[in-house]
Amino acid sequence: MPLLEVKDLHVRFETPEGEVHAVRGLDFTLEPGEGLAIVGESGSGKTQAMLAILGLLAENGTSGGQALYQGADLMAMEPHELNRHRGRDIAMIFQDPMTSLNPYLSIERQMVEVAMHHQGLSRREARVHAVEMLRAVRIPDPESRIRQYPHQFSGGMRQRILIAMGLLCEPDILIADEPTTALDVTVQAQIAGLVEEVVQRSGMAAILITHDLGVVAGVSDRVLVMYAGEMVEYGTVEQIYRSPRHPYTRGLIDSVPRLDRADDDALHAIPGNPPNMLSLPSGCCFRDRCSRAFEACAEAPELRDAGDGHLKRCHLEEAP
Amino acid sequence: MSGNERPPVLKVQDLAVYYDIHDGGLLRQQVRPLKAVDGISFELERGETLGVVGESGCGKSTLARALLGLVPPRRGRVLWLGEDLVGLDEKALRRKRKELQIIFQDPLASLNPRMTVGDIIAEPLWTFYPKIARVQVEERVRGMMKMVGLLPNQINRYPHEFSGGQCQRIGIARALVLNPKLIICDEPVSALDVSIQAQIINLLKDLQRKLALSLIFIAHDLAVVKHISDRVMVMYLGRAMEVASARHLYRRPLHPYTNALVKAVPIPEPGRRRRGAEETGLRGDMPSPMNPPTGCVFHPRCPWAVKRCELEVPPLRRMAEGDWVACHRAEELDLTIVKHAPGTV
Amino acid sequence: MKSSEATTAGVGAPAAELDPFEAALHLGDVKGRSPWEDAWHRLLKNRAAVTAAIIMGVMILLVIIGPWVISWDMDYTDWDHTQSAPSFANGHWFGTDAVGRDILVRTLEGGRISLLVGLVSTLVSLVIGVSYGAIAGYYGGVTDRVMMRLVDIIYAMPFMFFVILLMVVFGRHILLIFVAIGAVNWLDMARIVRGQTLSLKRMEYVEAARACGVENRDIIRRHIVPNLLGVVMVYVTLTIPQVILVESFLSFLGLGVQEPMSSWGALVSDGAQDMESAPWTLAFPAAFLTVTLYCFNYIGDGLRDALDPKDRS
Ligand SMILES: Nc1ncnc2c1ncn2[C@@H]1O[C@H](COP(=O)(O)OP(=O)(O)O)[C@@H](O)[C@H]1O
Ligand code: SF4
Ligand code: SF4
Ligand SMILES: [Mg+2]
Repeated sequence: MPLLEVKDLHVRFETPEGEVHAVRGLDFTLEPGEGLAIVGESGSGKTQAMLAILGLLAENGTSGGQALYQGADLMAMEPHELNRHRGRDIAMIFQDPMTSLNPYLSIERQMVEVAMHHQGLSRREARVHAVEMLRAVRIPDPESRIRQYPHQFSGGMRQRILIAMGLLCEPDILIADEPTTALDVTVQAQIAGLVEEVVQRSGMAAILITHDLGVVAGVSDRVLVMYAGEMVEYGTVEQIYRSPRHPYTRGLIDSVPRLDRADDDALHAIPGNPPNMLSLPSGCCFRDRCSRAFEACAEAPELRDAGDGHLKRCHLEEAP
Repeated sequence: MSGNERPPVLKVQDLAVYYDIHDGGLLRQQVRPLKAVDGISFELERGETLGVVGESGCGKSTLARALLGLVPPRRGRVLWLGEDLVGLDEKALRRKRKELQIIFQDPLASLNPRMTVGDIIAEPLWTFYPKIARVQVEERVRGMMKMVGLLPNQINRYPHEFSGGQCQRIGIARALVLNPKLIICDEPVSALDVSIQAQIINLLKDLQRKLALSLIFIAHDLAVVKHISDRVMVMYLGRAMEVASARHLYRRPLHPYTNALVKAVPIPEPGRRRRGAEETGLRGDMPSPMNPPTGCVFHPRCPWAVKRCELEVPPLRRMAEGDWVACHRAEELDLTIVKHAPGTV
Repeated sequence: MKSSEATTAGVGAPAAELDPFEAALHLGDVKGRSPWEDAWHRLLKNRAAVTAAIIMGVMILLVIIGPWVISWDMDYTDWDHTQSAPSFANGHWFGTDAVGRDILVRTLEGGRISLLVGLVSTLVSLVIGVSYGAIAGYYGGVTDRVMMRLVDIIYAMPFMFFVILLMVVFGRHILLIFVAIGAVNWLDMARIVRGQTLSLKRMEYVEAARACGVENRDIIRRHIVPNLLGVVMVYVTLTIPQVILVESFLSFLGLGVQEPMSSWGALVSDGAQDMESAPWTLAFPAAFLTVTLYCFNYIGDGLRDALDPKDRS
């Protein structure tokens, strides 16, 4: 049985301008110990899909579909039941390390309370455990730094602390929402490596959300590409990077600025902007930005298997 | 690319910016200097792009703000077309701001949410030409919008109605509306999706060519800087570690820190697994600029550090081919790392 | 919240046959939706706030028009009907008090005073607080430290004691109540505005304006104040009921408005004395007071949600 099975996930928001259908029928599974990267531009619904699974949508949002965690549907659960799973079985790390930490409480307070609450440890045990976790994420001198407050750490360190907090209860699934986006490249490399390391050591499954295909190549097994609330491509890391089958994925790969290529002049950009979720184009949503668009694209493409479980949502027969 | 004989438009000499940090207990308040920028010198020619790279907190943004007189420098000179901007009074400085402009990192935060796009782009015009007719302002604003790839009919919209990339275009239009000669771009693409980053970089490059602008382009990602810079300055803890032509820098970095930055750039290929710390060759975090290490500020993290590095500050020295480096061991180390695909130059 | 995004063609765009960018250049101007409009729409969706606003509107109208329309004067004593229970027959719909004065008229007249105290005092604190806080926050440094230290000192003074002292020294004058309450309430406003200004000052758009050479007063006018307005509006709606309550409390202590004038607080105070024999003398003013307090609080909460939608999750 897969660890997590998401079926036909929908997320809708009521806004003054109308209904935003932010996630439009997402299906995926996550096996124990698997690393899944969810990739797409901002606004493509990556975060909202995860929040919906955890029952954390904003007030004006509604969700539909199923999210089976070890067979139990998270989305049908009562709030208190879901609350038991959050943090203990499924932990989520957010993009902005500053706003996810309470600025007025020391790191110790924040970590120890979580450990006591979810694991029933005594205060002393919880503290020892917290220090251990900080050491695991390579915070130097964790015994004394644990007493400091969030603003006394650099952005990269805060992100590491968040990871430590996420790991505190040894969850089965760690969801990291753009954990490296706000960070320096040097730190990005460290954090990505760190996530990989802890995931491999503990055997937990990880969902890594990002807009940058450069970051996840080394740290995940499968990649799910989202565009305008839909999965447009899904495959193993090899399949996605070596033979992408959707023009959008191709564009995402090409737009990563690289040092290991010739000094050709212009960078490859995906033209245009992420779509307006209030008025999506007819047919293929990517049509107005796609350099390969042809007549058939006036018709919305279905998700198709391109061989070996490599899924794509595009009319093109050949690789773009 | 850089003709050597033309006089530079901007010449920065030994620029230093310190912030006073109030520190200590309730009773014994101490003021200690945080050396955000500590002795930076460089020159910039007309139409040239200087990339500035370094980790956050290394003083890149402070440098940008000091060049514009938004923070007062502790010492040094900023010669703009031969005139020193340091020490100019508020009024004189304000006049200079017509020629030097800045683009910020966070595209949405740099736009006032309660002003329309048209008003945002027009604000510098109102400031410098208060008597200019409304129609003229509007015409100019629409022209700017078109130039940066925005639809002029969006002139009455508000920033929150645009995506990140479009907001950055608005910021660029505002910076260009007064026809400046130099634009300082403070991490203009760091907050954008990679797919959009390339659009903005290509736009800046186009505009630079078209308008003969000089650019200072700040980023934390060497790969981003590569595509737009003629020369690159690598900063660490407020100091320049290396200033080299972009081509040289990527082929054969002279400084161990540059080497680490080059290695940190992610490669979107599944075979190339990265292992954070070990592979970038960077140990630990950047030390606090409150008490920088002695000698070479990079020595605690440098894999090649020797005793001498702890004791002596390496000066920024001129090497072959006009590149500059601040490392004692620059000659001995061979840091050639960037291999090019066969058949490319 | 992201919303409708305009389409533009990227610079690196492949040359399409029909460039949508060129095509769109000839379209008419698109209307923008300002953050105020957005907030307004969100506010209108908030049932509690809208209901509260309607009730408040009716209340204000009643209080203004009522005393003119009703045939009784507020200090007219109807000796035929002292302590009359509410009755349509004798024309005293809310009954009368011990000396035969009409409770309805007195409640409405009292409402005039209570609401006036609320509005005027809040206005006083608004003007002082916003300018004081914005200046301290924007200029910062020594200016800020001195100004805020002063606020701390005044803050530390026992407020009730201060007001009572003023009343005793200068006598009970309605103007004094406005000033006394307003002069103390501005402290909170100044603190809030200063904090907000400090964070606005660090926004990149303020720095961008400085980089463009915009002068300080234009920055405060164009970039700081409009972005303060939301917080201030919320605070104002929450201050009004607070002030009304303080005035009621003063009146209850016998320090509020003087006869023949009255306020809800004074009426409640009077009514409390006859609570057993004539409960209506207490019930009606108290009900009006409570409803008003609730309404303002709901409006304030609605405004806060409407102006700061991020807080919702
Ligand atoms: N509270 C909300 N109200 C209305 N729309 C929302 C809300 N939160 C998110 N959205 C919309 O949902 C879509 C998906 O957002 P998100 O999942 O955050 O994207 P990503 O994480 O891929 O950047 C976007 O169009 C966004 O504007
Ligand atoms: S279906 Fe057509 S428009 Fe959509 S991605 Fe494929 S080729 Fe492009
Ligand atoms: S001077 Fe020494 S410590 Fe500094 S970069 Fe060179 S080798 Fe490393
Ligand atoms: Mg997101």
